[in-house]
Amino acid sequence: MDLKFLDFEQPIAELQAKIEELRKVELDNNFDISETLKQLEQKCESLTESIFADLSDWQISQLSRHPGRPYTLDYIELIFTEFHELHGDRSYADDPAIVCGMARLLGQPVVVIGHQKGRDTKEKIYRNFGMPRPEGYRKALRVMKLAERFKLPIICLIDTPGAYPGIGAEERGQSEAIARNLFEMSKLRTPVICTVIGEGGSGGALAIGVGDRLLMLEYSTYAVISPEGCASILWKSADKAQLAAEAMGITSDRVREQGFLDEVIREPVGGGHRNFEKIAANLQDALVRHLNDLQQQAENMDLLLERRYQRIMRFGSYIEEPVK
Amino acid sequence: MSWFEKLVPSAIRTESSQKKTTVPEGLWNKCPRCDAILFNAELEKNLSVCPKCDHHLRISARKRLNMFLDEDGRQEIGAGLKPSDPLKFKDSKRYKDRISQAQKQSNENDALVVMKGTLKGAGIVAAAFDFGFMGGSMGSVVGERFVRGVNESLRLGVPFIVFTASGGARMQESLFSLFQMTKTSAALTKLAEAGIPYISFMTDPTMGGVSASLAMLGDINVAEPDALIGFAGPRVIEQTVREKLPEGFQRSEFLQEHGAIDMIVDRREMRDKIASILAIMCAGRSSNNADVVEVIPNSESLINQGESDNPQHQE
Repeated sequence: MDLKFLDFEQPIAELQAKIEELRKVELDNNFDISETLKQLEQKCESLTESIFADLSDWQISQLSRHPGRPYTLDYIELIFTEFHELHGDRSYADDPAIVCGMARLLGQPVVVIGHQKGRDTKEKIYRNFGMPRPEGYRKALRVMKLAERFKLPIICLIDTPGAYPGIGAEERGQSEAIARNLFEMSKLRTPVICTVIGEGGSGGALAIGVGDRLLMLEYSTYAVISPEGCASILWKSADKAQLAAEAMGITSDRVREQGFLDEVIREPVGGGHRNFEKIAANLQDALVRHLNDLQQQAENMDLLLERRYQRIMRFGSYIEEPVK
Repeated sequence: MSWFEKLVPSAIRTESSQKKTTVPEGLWNKCPRCDAILFNAELEKNLSVCPKCDHHLRISARKRLNMFLDEDGRQEIGAGLKPSDPLKFKDSKRYKDRISQAQKQSNENDALVVMKGTLKGAGIVAAAFDFGFMGGSMGSVVGERFVRGVNESLRLGVPFIVFTASGGARMQESLFSLFQMTKTSAALTKLAEAGIPYISFMTDPTMGGVSASLAMLGDINVAEPDALIGFAGPRVIEQTVREKLPEGFQRSEFLQEHGAIDMIVDRREMRDKIASILAIMCAGRSSNNADVVEVIPNSESLINQGESDNPQHQE
């Protein structure tokens, strides 16, 4: 079993392995089986298509944290130029779970802020699995203020299981750091575009997730609590994560139905992890479109802020009855 | 029933099936910390603080506002708002059923009650979480009521105070509840812009999404003694870091030591302390900007009550 593949991707993995094997055989023995190979590759593609055509919410939730999925730094390399990383919150430390910097998006100067997960064990630990501590959020806020001062639009890439639940994080005010970001971001005098690229894990995601636009990649999720966490509280068993994922409606299409999204960015067949260039191109295209639109609106900054405020105030669903 | 229990007069007999810590309708109550048996009337008089060990018992939203606000001239804000079930959420139980059960038990429509009124004669808008309503969790109604409270406070030019008691965001509303963190925090920017004081008064417990939004954004952050306040729950942290948590971790005293809150205030001093703080905070404002405060409708009827209490606080 190939660990880079999820359970439901195994048939694809097996077929791909066969194709590789045949290719080797062809090379070693000078046969010509290119026709067969071609057929098999087509079969592999249609198999992928059929598997991905009908994914459950839980499968999408697994895809959103697929170990092969592109992370913030991958997108930075593929989408932006002249990236200059900015480190540290200026009062305690630099948190590698959040990456911030200045860059250009098709020539336009911007600030990029995103959660960063690690690829191998060592980097995973270094990045704390993409779970920021307060200093990460404070670094992000510092850089956002910088962006505001120099009139640079902000692009946030969200991909975290959540804010880190640790002793030090609590001691240094995890709650305050998140709350402060929500407060400040709602009135930042520069356009902000937030995109969920993988896991949108609760308050830890939201702390860099307030802006004028909210986009989600097709196989990303956004939820108030992880399916496992929700299941262990409400079903008293983490095994019920599948049910929790469905009940909370955390996939991009479900979040769009709930009215929170400006756009779902489609992914290549089989998910972004199969084709970094394609998914990056799709993301770039969406970012540029929304950025151009917002830049125009930003000529009247007060109006942009008022729109952002009204957008935030519309969040919620309730019934109102006359009071007796 | 044992022979001893039979001897006890029925009026003070507690059913064995009842939970040992609270006896809501009975004559007696038990302190969850020191196990002292307390006479309810005496406990009430002591604002539900254990007279033996000073433990601050959890209280309902309405009880809190009753204790805090002057008796006259109270008016509830957003009382007509009721939770909907946008996701048709169902776990082992339907969200709808959980709501109606909570409504029956607590006699509230949702977990936040907001009122305008006066504190020692000075206008104020006060909001209080009800931990008894689904753990004081923040869903759409809580967020909307909070915002309406803020707006009313802006309109009247009077301070806004919130008493938090919440486990965090309400899972059954998923993103609808998560985004209440943004909504409440964004609304608070308007108070800050207008120079209107906002006090966050944290009570046991204040966790998760509520802690990481409106609770930590006070101009003044206050906590009741020994309240559990934090982002992640102690159990989650223990499972993550796999070590024993230090004594007093995430308690009010711990938060004050680490610079997260301004002060710890005993419930019995809450009115005096907050009135005094607000009077000082508003002093500069009212001298420059006296007309703002005078727009309080029915201000005459609102102001009568506390006149003798604290004359310098009159606006």
